[in-house]
Amino acid sequence: MYFTLSGEQRQFSASLHGMLTVGDALTSARRWAAGDHEPGLIIWRSLATAGVTGLNVPQEFGGLAADPADLLVACEELGHHALPGPIAESLAVVPHLLAGVVARPGTDAAVADRVGSWLAGLASGQLIATLAAPPLLPFAANADAAGLILIAEAGTLRLAEPAALHPSVNAARTLADVRQAELITEGTAVTAALRTALDLGTIACAAQLLGASRALLEASARHAQHRVQFGRAIGSFQAVKHQLADVLIQLEFARPLLFAAAISLAEKSADAPRDVSAAKVACSRAANLAARAALQVHGAIGYTAEHDVSQWLTLIRSLSLAWGSEAMHKARVLGALTGQSAGGQPLREQPCG
Amino acid sequence: MNLDFDPGLQQFRAEVAGWLAAHVPAEPLPSVDTAEGFAQHRAWEARLAAAGLAAVSWPASYGGRDASLLEWLVFEEEYHAANGPVRVGQNGLFVLAPTLLAHGTDEQRARILPPMARADEVWAQAWSEPGAGSDLAAIRSRAVRTDGGWLLSGAKTWSSRAVFADRAFGLFRSDPEAERHRGLTYLMFDLRRDGVTVRPIPQLDGEAGFAEIFLDDVFVPDDDVVGEPGNGWQVAMSSAGHERGLPLRSPGRFMATAARLVDLWQRHGDPADTELAGRVADAWIGARAYQLQGYRLASRGNRGGGVAQSSLTKVYWSELDLAMYETALDVLGARAELRDEPGPDGRWLDGYLFALAGPIYAGTNEIQRSILAERALGLPR
Repeated sequence: MYFTLSGEQRQFSASLHGMLTVGDALTSARRWAAGDHEPGLIIWRSLATAGVTGLNVPQEFGGLAADPADLLVACEELGHHALPGPIAESLAVVPHLLAGVVARPGTDAAVADRVGSWLAGLASGQLIATLAAPPLLPFAANADAAGLILIAEAGTLRLAEPAALHPSVNAARTLADVRQAELITEGTAVTAALRTALDLGTIACAAQLLGASRALLEASARHAQHRVQFGRAIGSFQAVKHQLADVLIQLEFARPLLFAAAISLAEKSADAPRDVSAAKVACSRAANLAARAALQVHGAIGYTAEHDVSQWLTLIRSLSLAWGSEAMHKARVLGALTGQSAGGQPLREQPCG
Repeated sequence: MNLDFDPGLQQFRAEVAGWLAAHVPAEPLPSVDTAEGFAQHRAWEARLAAAGLAAVSWPASYGGRDASLLEWLVFEEEYHAANGPVRVGQNGLFVLAPTLLAHGTDEQRARILPPMARADEVWAQAWSEPGAGSDLAAIRSRAVRTDGGWLLSGAKTWSSRAVFADRAFGLFRSDPEAERHRGLTYLMFDLRRDGVTVRPIPQLDGEAGFAEIFLDDVFVPDDDVVGEPGNGWQVAMSSAGHERGLPLRSPGRFMATAARLVDLWQRHGDPADTELAGRVADAWIGARAYQLQGYRLASRGNRGGGVAQSSLTKVYWSELDLAMYETALDVLGARAELRDEPGPDGRWLDGYLFALAGPIYAGTNEIQRSILAERALGLPR
């Protein structure tokens, strides 16, 4: 039993934190939202040097073939710094899908070559990928910054062409309607790889939510220590203390669910769908609480575009809505526990109610 | 990272599960808050002790098994999955004993711990007073110096199971002139002595689960002071003395409740009620998170985690517990309010009524949240 981060994982997290601080990821997100992707892309390239973009890429293509837990450590830090871009798609989902295609015996050599070069591009940071996977992911996120846009649907994996580009509530994020284009491959191998790939994407999203929540809690605590009203720091008032204590509690108890899901995926456990859904529910809930509390503690200043609270708050709002609804994930957990229909199922968006 | 149990742990789990399967009474024992029930729970503790299972985390020399935190977590998972009886000795086992292990003398440990494990002596806590609940430092009950010891006078309240317990421990004011956190002494005393009157207080569930303790010059020898006289606050507030999180209420307890709730849902739930289904899912997710947090603490070699961790955990388990029982009652619907509902389905109401107390005892959740904000988030007092 070893259910805590290793020394190396802590160091990895700390070094990413340093890199993203120096690179000023928060400002890059603002620039990205204003249409200038370059500062953000510079950070993406530096992450590639650190191996982050290749975490889920097989070693023969220059990746690290790392543990899902390492992916989560990275994604949490990326969420902590509100890094823009299709993180879950490019770091988790697409590499897993493409690796599955290459590894499948009987894959056409030309296809394998092409897919292999994409994998190498992902690992080296030259390529950023995104995908749509209806019904869970009806849109391709950040397609305007991706060199590779895919669509996985009805047992096929195809290139995708973006049609309309919609802005998200998170100004650094776009959602593209996409059309199916050239077929890459199809069959049960795609379906099987897609299940795990989407589960990995879901926890990568959940990890970002946790990191963003932590950033908001830290910012709120700092604000509460320094903002003086009625002759005292507002953090001395119980209402403020208790609101932030509740955020801390939710964060601390969401975290183990996230890493348990990583273990289940790594071990290809039958419990993976249950654990992934539990993690998404808990991290989304913690994040939404963190967002509400941060806004309340900051007051009107937190409601401005200029203040960083808005960055994390809108990131949280978009990511907690994406990757499956709360209702769907809870149904998947309960289904797994009762052995009933929704349990253990691949992620799909189900009509609510 | 892994969540594997090594062969030794699996063997321990099997041993515990096997013993419990053979010994846990098929029918629940009568309430621990009745004379007959208390006696039967005491007898159960003696059986546990004879099997070396009453206090597995203690050193073997005192009747324990030197169990690691992880082994204790496993023991608790099996105990609650098997529906083991309420631990009548819990005040002693989970509060006084760690305090003695950290702050007591060898003589005290040798004298007190073995009879505690066997439930030859069952302990009650004596902290709160009518004028001192959350503000424990406001206590006024006195410990007056006398030849060879102290004379205790005053009134304590909310002392669970004091009606039938043998002894009690708590804080008394030994120096009224000192600053209020400084003039306190941590003492152990007999509930069966002259000068002690215990008056049961009926609770809203009809049980006389807790009591007032009136003390009139009750003698306590020097040997029954824990730590130094005047240093009682520090002893009581130390990590060992003030653990309110994991060691007080183990994750296993809530995993068992969640599992029963899922089962209840399967039998009684309306599948079309997705909101209620969601709450059942939340119960399991919440309990599982606590279970995993326990494994995480165990992996960090951290028995309790410190004061902030204790406060964090206490708020978490107490509110999780209440949410689970509220959900259960909603699943049961109209029958949920019946006090005479037979069988396991009838026990949810009792559990709910007890869960209501969780956010209050062991330090109210308001106090815990303030501690958390101050210690973990650096907010000013």
